Amino acid sequence: MRRRWSRIASPIVIVVSALAVVLGATACSSSGESDELLIYNAQHESLTKEWIDAFTKETGIKVTYRQGGDTELGNQLVAEGAASPADVFLTENSPAMAAVERAGLFTDLGAETINQVPAQYRPASGKWTGVAARTTVFVYNKAKLQPDQLPKSLLDLQQPAWKGRWGAPPTKADFQAIVSALLQLKGEAATAQWLAGMKANAKTYNDNIATLKAVNSGEVDGGVIYHYYWFRDQAKTKEMSGNTALHYFRNQDPGAFVSLSGGGVLKSSKKADKAQQFLRFITGKAGQEVLEKGDSFEYPVASGVPANPALVPLTDLQAPAVDPSTLNAQKVTDQMTKAGLL
Amino acid sequence: MVAPPVTRPTAPVSRTDKAARPGPLVTATVAFLVAATLIPLGYVAWAAISIGWTRAYELVVRPRVGELLFNTVALVVITVPLCVVIGVGVAWLVERTDLPARGFWRPLFVAPLAVPAFVNSYAWVGVIPSLHGLWAGVLVTTLSYFPFMYLPVAATLRRLDPAVEESARALGSDSTGVFLRVVLPQLRLAILGGGLLIGVHLLAEFGAFAMVRFDTFTVAIFQQFQVTFDGAAGSMLAGVLVLLCLVLLVAEASARGHARFSRIGAGAPRAATPIRLGRNMLPAQAGLVALAVLALGVPVWTIMRWLWIGGADVWVLDDVATAFGQTVGLAAIAAVLTTVLAFPVAWVAVRSSGVLARVVEGANYVTSSLPGIVTALALVTVTIHAARPLYQSVALIVFAYMLLFMPRALVNVRAGLAQVPPSLEEASRSLGSSPTATFLRVTLRLTAPAAAAGASLVFVAVATELTATLLLAPTGTRTLSMRFWSFSSELDYAAAAPYALVLVVLAIPVTLVLFRQSTKVAAL
Repeated sequence: MRRRWSRIASPIVIVVSALAVVLGATACSSSGESDELLIYNAQHESLTKEWIDAFTKETGIKVTYRQGGDTELGNQLVAEGAASPADVFLTENSPAMAAVERAGLFTDLGAETINQVPAQYRPASGKWTGVAARTTVFVYNKAKLQPDQLPKSLLDLQQPAWKGRWGAPPTKADFQAIVSALLQLKGEAATAQWLAGMKANAKTYNDNIATLKAVNSGEVDGGVIYHYYWFRDQAKTKEMSGNTALHYFRNQDPGAFVSLSGGGVLKSSKKADKAQQFLRFITGKAGQEVLEKGDSFEYPVASGVPANPALVPLTDLQAPAVDPSTLNAQKVTDQMTKAGLL
Repeated sequence: MVAPPVTRPTAPVSRTDKAARPGPLVTATVAFLVAATLIPLGYVAWAAISIGWTRAYELVVRPRVGELLFNTVALVVITVPLCVVIGVGVAWLVERTDLPARGFWRPLFVAPLAVPAFVNSYAWVGVIPSLHGLWAGVLVTTLSYFPFMYLPVAATLRRLDPAVEESARALGSDSTGVFLRVVLPQLRLAILGGGLLIGVHLLAEFGAFAMVRFDTFTVAIFQQFQVTFDGAAGSMLAGVLVLLCLVLLVAEASARGHARFSRIGAGAPRAATPIRLGRNMLPAQAGLVALAVLALGVPVWTIMRWLWIGGADVWVLDDVATAFGQTVGLAAIAAVLTTVLAFPVAWVAVRSSGVLARVVEGANYVTSSLPGIVTALALVTVTIHAARPLYQSVALIVFAYMLLFMPRALVNVRAGLAQVPPSLEEASRSLGSSPTATFLRVTLRLTAPAAAAGASLVFVAVATELTATLLLAPTGTRTLSMRFWSFSSELDYAAAAPYALVLVVLAIPVTLVLFRQSTKVAAL
């Protein structure tokens, strides 16, 4: 018995020590204190990279990021709670910011940052701020729809007349933000009804780009997406948007919703000063000019920087007034799950 | 995931009761591994209980689940038989007929395994952009997975005893009759094994279906994760998916039956006389060419086309090199660790016959069929609540790879170990070598080739893994498949092409290993 035990003891020792080495090495590398700022980034990777590069160039502070979707990273932050390794959270839309705020995980933003952003582009709580904006549009195929056949309101799209004729990306936080605005503006019953109409009428795509492409190829007549995907392609090859045009709902319609991309500093951050500095930077002139002059085509919201001249000015969009702090991601997910869209 | 059935070992050479009882340390290690393999199942059960029955019931019995159930079941019910027809047809043509250039065709139809299904999907969407839905899923996965059927069936066909078929002919059966009544029944185990493997892959696949907008359970669970991170609806979908897997396992096990097909008695069977195709030669050749074009031509052509369109711009060497380095690093660590850990498990399975051995085999059988998404979801939940230092660490993702791909290493190591006669080890010990020296100089040497084959299978499985990697990758990790996925889901096909190419090139050597193994099995 003893012999047999020792015969296999040596490989076991090798195994266990190998395991220990791997675990030890990785545990050190992952939990070791580094002086790099860690962003949980749900914004477009390319835009955040531009911000990071400019920030590092100016301040010498190194920044890394974890890439993910709005709600994915937002829920992850909530699950991680006070133990989160993240310093800064950036999103494309407000609902995930609101969820993290509700969990009490943000610290107050510095006054300097707040003062750079006009009140309508940040929540009153001061726990986070808008860092960029995007507007909802109805993109349509010019061969399939004439201007007089366009929907007057986002709500029209639940009518049977639109069956099979429009597309949207329901699994994306972008679209869910639009639904959260609808929920805030029109209430639960109307939203549930609209989602049921959507389930019956809409073709669903993986994301905004796939929706845009489907509209361009005539697979559907129109689609509900954000404006900048269209402008980006127009500025490049027009390969995905050449046959299409944009329709703005305006009139404070839910479909004219302007969504704020958010930025906030985590309470649990051990590098709060640097994190605050980063927020101050991206809402400052240099950071906002990345939006104006770069190829993101998102709207600047702070420091008086104007939008890219190709865009319809933000103030002309007649967006509905929505409180970004109370957009409810959880309720939207539940309702969309109930409607069978998720 | 289940490893290819061709690599299944023959019965252990000696299951003597001399060295039957494992010591406490090996028992503890193996028990730990078995317990670890139960994490995914435990997670699903725990999720269902913690959500509460009413809410769980609500989440399971809703129209969306019905839709997913229909999609997933339809996919399996259509794709598996298609793969049977194609796999068996091709194997029969290249093994049993007088088709010319059989030496060329034989390895060619293993080659699709070098193209990950999500790359294949990307290739097809590149050719037909509007491709979507059930039939797109069926098309892509049939072309990706039929080699899982072709390999074992071809190996079995090669070693069938022609005497039985000749008797049937002598009794008046024609070629078709012989095939249906004599050959096909003997292929039953190979077909069931291949079918199970394909079924399991179908349930686990994410990338290939997401790209053609076909929602199966795995796709929906992933979407739920993106929306809710760690939500109840996702866990419940995972529960239904696990049930589907178990149904598949039970179906395969009960369809195996008890009939015996082995040759009794010693002696080598004669080589079978090739069947003359005659007038059917041309359609047969045309069919094979068409299949090769669809399964290999399309992906190769699309990748090349995008590389051509992208030109030098898409080769951001920095990024590709980083991704390559990280992928190879992760895959190598996982491959070595998994293979090393497979030794004690294999030892228990081969050398002892107690309860532990049966539990090990059973646990392995079940968890190997669980989709990566369930394992990944379980690990995220468990570490975030109970093992925070491991959360988002390299250790965790390596651990996940080990759980997912242990069977691939195990099957090989076990086969190798089974062929090491314990008497050799005993001789070494009686001549004064220490247990360590005996292990290193006798056991390890004799099992090294098998272990290397196992490790290379794990290596490529990790290198092309997408689903679990997306959920578990530590901050800053960007593997080849992650980069490929990121670009191709933004529909930047040209930028994704270099990553697709590197992924395919990485997988080629291992595909050769698989092919060589299948021919070796045939020689046994």
